[in-house]
Amino acid sequence: MKFAILVFPGSGCDVDMHRAVHGVLGEEATLIWHTDAKRLVDYDAVFVPGGASYGDYLRPGALAKGSDAMRYLREFAQSGKPVVGVGNGFQILAEANLVPGALLQNKGLKFQTGTSKLIVENATSQFTSEYTKGEEITLPFAHQYGNYYVDEETLQEMEVNHQIIFTYQDEQDHGSVAKIAGVINKEGNVLGMMPLPERAVEEILGHVDGYRLFKSILKKVE
Amino acid sequence: MTKVNVYVTLRESVVDPQGTAAQKALQNMGYEEVKSVRIGKLVELELDGTTTDIETRVDEMCKELLVNRVIEDYRFEIEEA
Repeated sequence: MKFAILVFPGSGCDVDMHRAVHGVLGEEATLIWHTDAKRLVDYDAVFVPGGASYGDYLRPGALAKGSDAMRYLREFAQSGKPVVGVGNGFQILAEANLVPGALLQNKGLKFQTGTSKLIVENATSQFTSEYTKGEEITLPFAHQYGNYYVDEETLQEMEVNHQIIFTYQDEQDHGSVAKIAGVINKEGNVLGMMPLPERAVEEILGHVDGYRLFKSILKKVE
Repeated sequence: MTKVNVYVTLRESVVDPQGTAAQKALQNMGYEEVKSVRIGKLVELELDGTTTDIETRVDEMCKELLVNRVIEDYRFEIEEA
C-alpha cells in the first residue's frame, strides 16, 4: 500500500509519520511537498501531519486551506480514499471543511503536551476497526489549539452518524465540546484527530496504541 | 485606493478564555464595572482603486479565508482613502 504524507512549510511531524508507516508498518511512504500535490492521486491514502503549517498565521491550518495543494487533497478525499489529519493536519482538514468543527486555543491558553487516555467511541470506522468500541487507549498529544468546537446542531448530527471516533477519557480535554479528540466526515473516509498516533507505534516510544490505527487503514485498503 | 476594515469576533456561543482573563485583570485594577470582555481581531485591507463589487469581493474573502464561521462572526467597513 502506498501512503502519501503531504508536507507544508512548517509541517513538523512528517518524518515521524514516515517512520511509523515505512519503518514500523513496513509500507511504502512518500513525503509529498505541497507544490507536488497533484501526485496525490497516485497514492492509496494521504496523511496530513502535525506541526505549524505557515507558522499558524491567521488561524492554525487556515493558510494551508488557501494553497493549491488543497484542490488536490479535496479531490483525493472526494474520491473516497482515506485521508488522516493529525494535530495541525486536523486543523487543516477542519479549516477546509473536510471534517466538521474547528480547533480553538486550549482552555488554559497554553501549549500543552503529555499523554491522554482516550475512549474509542466508534470501532467500525476504517480507521479504528482494529480497536474495540469503548476501549481505553493512550496516545501522546502536543498542541496549543486542541480545543475542539462544534455547534450543538452539528454535534447532534455527528452523534447520529457516529462521526465521533475518539473522546478524552481524562480531564485533559483542553475545553473540547463533548470531550472530542477525533472525528470523521459523514462519508467516513476522512479522519481528523489531535492526539498523535504516529508517536505511539513501537515499544521504544513508550506507547503502542497508535499502531492499530495504521493497521486498520491497511486492512481496509487491502 | 480603498481601505476596508474587517472586524472578526468570536461567535457568542464560543467561550473566550482570553477575554475572561482580561476581564478579571481589569476588575483587579479597580474597574469593577467591566462585566464582559471579548477579544477579536481587526484585519485591514487595502484594495487597488480598480476594484468593483467591493462588498461582494470582501464578503467572499471573509468567507473563504479571513473568517472561520464555525467559531467567528465578522463585519466590515469600506472607506475611500
